[in-house]
Amino acid sequence: MGMLASLKKRFRFLYRILFRKDKLKIGIYGPPNAGKTTLANRILRDWLGEIIGTPSEIPHETRRVKLREGVKIQVDGKSITIDVVDTPGIAAKVDFHDFLKYGLSEEEAKRRAKEATEGVIEAIKWLDDLDGILLVMDSTEDPFTQVNVTIVGNIEARKLPLIIVANKIDLPNASPARIKSAFPQHQVVPVSALKGINISSLYKAMAEKFG
Amino acid sequence: MGVQINLISKERLSKMGSMEKIRMILDSVKEGKIVVLETGLTPEEEAKLIEVTMLEIDHENFVGIEVESYPYKEKSLISKILGKRHGRLTIIGPANRLKTIEKQEDLIKALIT
Repeated sequence: MGMLASLKKRFRFLYRILFRKDKLKIGIYGPPNAGKTTLANRILRDWLGEIIGTPSEIPHETRRVKLREGVKIQVDGKSITIDVVDTPGIAAKVDFHDFLKYGLSEEEAKRRAKEATEGVIEAIKWLDDLDGILLVMDSTEDPFTQVNVTIVGNIEARKLPLIIVANKIDLPNASPARIKSAFPQHQVVPVSALKGINISSLYKAMAEKFG
Repeated sequence: MGVQINLISKERLSKMGSMEKIRMILDSVKEGKIVVLETGLTPEEEAKLIEVTMLEIDHENFVGIEVESYPYKEKSLISKILGKRHGRLTIIGPANRLKTIEKQEDLIKALIT
């Protein structure tokens, strides 16, 4: 990495203040099946009346980064324009056998696994091109996974503004408090992207954090 | 047959470059060994480890890795200013042999099969 790029990365927060952009690229990150595409769809449906992808119960449904530019969010007199970047789920293992139980043929499962590994690499590479992150975690799951810790560590190292989205609060065993206690240094907004519960609080947080 | 565990000291890790560490980890893990790093990896090294792992998954013999470490801790104001982050004790193994049972901020329980 060149010295200029290295300095830019290290003092990114200062760079952002000095060279404020009109339009921000906001990445939606998280492990597989946390609800990233559902959240991206919720944001796009609310502000543009469209969707970016089709969620699925089969892990690694999103295997390529998807970008939707020019989403204008207006909350309490504040306005931000963002490019929404929906990323594939990040994982340290991809086993095609895991897809067989969803009824996929071995050939389909292997193809999906191969594309998933490429998607993970693409998602990690995108971290260097973003202005802020929505990190989606499933409130019904243990948040203290290595993938979550690694993503948070990389966002902190790049000094990117971060909001943790504690998703799926409509489910009975959801515990956004567990996420808050695991990552107390970061803002956590509990939502249900599927049902739209508390989504206005997320838009408010985004306008304040990224604006 | 037993499982080989390689415990890598802080001193040894400090003499290695990032890619050297990643290569050493993946070569050992692909041979079925468990690697324990006294000081762990930086967040960037962990992300790089995941990237290289994804490239090397062959869907037959190697399906990925299981990594567990304690969360990062900022050591000092100087470290914060310089952006230096130090990893903490980290355990890495083949995903099909190492399973995390429980992880807390200061406790990791894992099972090797």
